[in-house]
Amino acid sequence: MLLIHCPHCQENRDEEEFSYGGEAHIVRPLEPEALNDEAWADYLFFRTNSRGIHHEMWYHAVGCRRYFNATRNTVTYEILETYKTGTQPTIVGASA
Amino acid sequence: MKKYSGFSLLKNALSYHENWQKVWRSPTPKKHYDVIIVGGGGHGLATAYYLAKVHGITNVAVIEKGYLGGGNTARNTTIIRSNYLWDEASQLYDLSLKLWEGLSQELNYNVMFSQRGVLNLGHNLQDMRDIERRVNANRLNGIDGEVVSPQRIKEIAPLINISSDSRYPILGASWQPRGGTARHDAVAWGYARGADALGVDLIQQTEVIGIRRKGGAVIGVETNHGFIGAAKVACVTAGNSGVVAAMAGLRLPVESRPLQALVSEPVKPCLDTVVMSNAVHGYISQSDKGDLVIGAGVDSYNGYGQRGSFHVVEHTIQAICELFPSFSRVRMNRQWGGIVDTCPDACPIISKTPIKGLYFNCGWGTGGFKATPGSGYVFADTVANDHPHSLAAAFSLDRFNTGALIDEHGAAGVAH
Repeated sequence: MLLIHCPHCQENRDEEEFSYGGEAHIVRPLEPEALNDEAWADYLFFRTNSRGIHHEMWYHAVGCRRYFNATRNTVTYEILETYKTGTQPTIVGASA
Repeated sequence: MKKYSGFSLLKNALSYHENWQKVWRSPTPKKHYDVIIVGGGGHGLATAYYLAKVHGITNVAVIEKGYLGGGNTARNTTIIRSNYLWDEASQLYDLSLKLWEGLSQELNYNVMFSQRGVLNLGHNLQDMRDIERRVNANRLNGIDGEVVSPQRIKEIAPLINISSDSRYPILGASWQPRGGTARHDAVAWGYARGADALGVDLIQQTEVIGIRRKGGAVIGVETNHGFIGAAKVACVTAGNSGVVAAMAGLRLPVESRPLQALVSEPVKPCLDTVVMSNAVHGYISQSDKGDLVIGAGVDSYNGYGQRGSFHVVEHTIQAICELFPSFSRVRMNRQWGGIVDTCPDACPIISKTPIKGLYFNCGWGTGGFKATPGSGYVFADTVANDHPHSLAAAFSLDRFNTGALIDEHGAAGVAH
């Protein structure tokens, strides 16, 4: 059971209040029609799938209903920080 | 390899079972192999077996970081069926089912394959429409299946609650009589024993930490016990596929997540089939020991921790108690999580890669166990010929570029 700190509500809440939004910081291509199939597939489907430090989006579905990002260790499941969308993580690490 | 038989059992009983041959050797790795298989789970061992048996390639090593069959092979709910919707997937899973049917004889090892049938329940009108479509598609593909009424479900599994008063009433089901269960460990051990007898080296407690390349082609793997050369490297590492791919500088369209299951205390025989429900999300069967084997859901978030969130188990147990009210007093014994590599279309990747001599078999997500024999068979063929087997061609990595996805989210037992 994860206890997730919502940076908007400023509270630790149960993970059942949240839904997972997948890998964070994936930028939608500005000109999708200019991409070849490989680049578009990479944007749509291919993921880092880090073992270790992972930046990911969460949605506070039954709280403030806003997205934010979290830095979580995918082996220990420890949430190292949560931060608002549009800001950058302070913890970055090589995933092992 | 000494053959197992009634006679050998009798003979060994006379010496108090102290003289059984070791099931496989513990060889020292050679310097170079024709093929190295990374990952000694069911799929990897099956691949090694068919490489040796069907293609005569015996200079093969299986490299496993833990022990054989110690990952998802030991962490699933052992359900076997082939009632998938699309031609490509159903043919692959049915090849597997056909191999299961003769596997104990083929391997001279009892995999305890039991064709006790699989029910996939429908709880609303759309479920029933999907079930009818899927059963019709299966029959066109020569796969057994029928749509059954609640009364027939009650005959098959008498403890089930078909009351129309329940929160999610059962309106019908698809029924695949050829489906069933098998003994998960025995499959890995049987393939390991068969591959070992054909000359394959099974190397345990050795972790691959790098994939060495030269000029765009694979030349071997780095392990924690040193470098081992190979002309071809075939990766069958399930949840860790992304990690292994990264060693070769590749990215995969897979995400690794924990999938949980649990078993109860052993009880008297009370459920002689497999019951699955996508809508309320639970699936259950009874093992030969008597424990109820219950499959829970997959966690929504990525993880490698081989454990899952408690609320997932809670929801599954609610569903099981709704389906089988009499199970509400059964105590749960153990719970575990396996790391499944989920693909966007809920179908596997059995593919060559842009790197010459490097192959991947991954992305089986929540339903890989049933496919163990077929997966090994087509992957061995793909590796041996450096060309996709006809049933594996549709599952190439390239399908994510072309857009030819095979959407099996409906027939996959677990939503992901």
